[in-house]
Amino acid sequence: MGNLIEIKGVTHAYKTKRGPFPVLRDLDIVIPEGSFCAVVGPSGCGKSTLTRLIAGLMFPDEGEVWLHGERVTSPRKTVGMAFQNPVLLEWRTILQNVILPLEIVAPRMPRREKEARARELLALVGLEGNENKRPSELSGGMRQRASLCRSLVHKPDVLILDEPFGALDAFTREDLWQTMHELRVKEPVTAVLITHDLRESVYLGDQVVVLSGRPATTQYVMDIDLPGPRPLEMIYTPESVERLAVLRKQIQIAQGRAEVEA
Amino acid sequence: MNITWQKVLVPLIAMAVLLLAWEALVWYMGWPKFKMAAPSDLWPAYVRFQELFWIYGWQTLWRTIAGLLLAVVFGTLIGMVMGLSRIMNDALYPILVGFNAIPKATVVPVVALMFVGQHDFNTILIAFLISFFPIAVSVAIGLSTLEPEYRDILRSLGASRFTVFWKIALPKTLPEFFGALKVAVTLAFIGTNLVEIITPHGRGLGHLFQSAQINSDFPLMFAVLIALAVLGIFLYYIVVALERIFAGWAERSPT
Repeated sequence: MGNLIEIKGVTHAYKTKRGPFPVLRDLDIVIPEGSFCAVVGPSGCGKSTLTRLIAGLMFPDEGEVWLHGERVTSPRKTVGMAFQNPVLLEWRTILQNVILPLEIVAPRMPRREKEARARELLALVGLEGNENKRPSELSGGMRQRASLCRSLVHKPDVLILDEPFGALDAFTREDLWQTMHELRVKEPVTAVLITHDLRESVYLGDQVVVLSGRPATTQYVMDIDLPGPRPLEMIYTPESVERLAVLRKQIQIAQGRAEVEA
Repeated sequence: MNITWQKVLVPLIAMAVLLLAWEALVWYMGWPKFKMAAPSDLWPAYVRFQELFWIYGWQTLWRTIAGLLLAVVFGTLIGMVMGLSRIMNDALYPILVGFNAIPKATVVPVVALMFVGQHDFNTILIAFLISFFPIAVSVAIGLSTLEPEYRDILRSLGASRFTVFWKIALPKTLPEFFGALKVAVTLAFIGTNLVEIITPHGRGLGHLFQSAQINSDFPLMFAVLIALAVLGIFLYYIVVALERIFAGWAERSPT
């Protein structure tokens, strides 16, 4: 299998009144087809900028982003996104929320087929029976599950997850980690997972990329060659703890002077 | 059952108590009819001018609704322009605030002079001018405060700006829009009545009120006030009904 996402020497700066504000410098990330890449790094190091570059919502000042051997020059229909905020539409039912991307990507698909596809995904994440509820009637974890379904409904080949589990309580988060592994079996997809949680990166990632402080560059890459779906106990094995220690050290290096001052 | 009783009976009792207190006050102070009206005087006053109440009431009502519809159309358009373009927002906001700060009573004579004799047109124009501001502001704020993630979900799939507006921004703004519309209904009535009272053309409930005032006919004045209140309540609940239909999802069930 080839590389599905390639980020080559990407440098990007925001234009502000005080001149350019560099966020990414010479960033390289390569993600093989079907694999999960967890991206960790200090706060405000440009991780969300990275997601917008991959999604084709922004374009880098220098360097290139390639998906499927094609350079990204505009948004693509084959991308799915989920954020920390589930951003469900309050006036739609859960089912209609999940269908939303299909209305853009496949407007001619018969309604019945759209709904069948959405129901299939909702059942997969354990939301069967909640199809006709409104988002406000669901718990935070359930809303996030629905948001994941929406990001996958149009069978994207690239899934961009920007801290989707960040706002959930610890137990709900672990539930969703497992759901994510189960989803990967049924819905193979290449994913970029932005996260602040090192355990999450080790549990869900096939590769963990540590970004340096701003402007962010690739500081460290760790391969995690364990087959999925992984049992939750995997987080507590000695190998995982060892990996966490290495990553923690790398984050401290990335934080640089902030760490010394503290 | 209990809740229905509470919702219907309690307000009725409160209303009755208020009317009784009013009646008792007038009776106790011994005020004659040219000084103050009692609730028992209102019905006879209405019956005496019943035909005028209906004719004038209709004139006031349709002109208010016409002004309101204009306010909805133009307010939404201005709000859309301001909410979707930062530059237009910076350009229009001070003008709108300045315009809104002008007391509309001073605009009435200006409009009346500009369009002499166009009484219907003047009335609708003032009702529109006084009521479009809250609609424009609420639509603009609703559109400009849309979280970027909402946009990104559709934009990342290549959806056009119009699709994002139609599928997300517009429905998301509806609760704010209806909130503003409730304010606008009341304002539009003020606008219509301002014109009817200030300009001497002799139409609408405002004109009936003014005739009553000239004759110190307190029962008639109060009867007109109550007729205006009834019209206002009527329009207000039409808006509430529309809100239930189009933005009912925003209403949280009590928990």
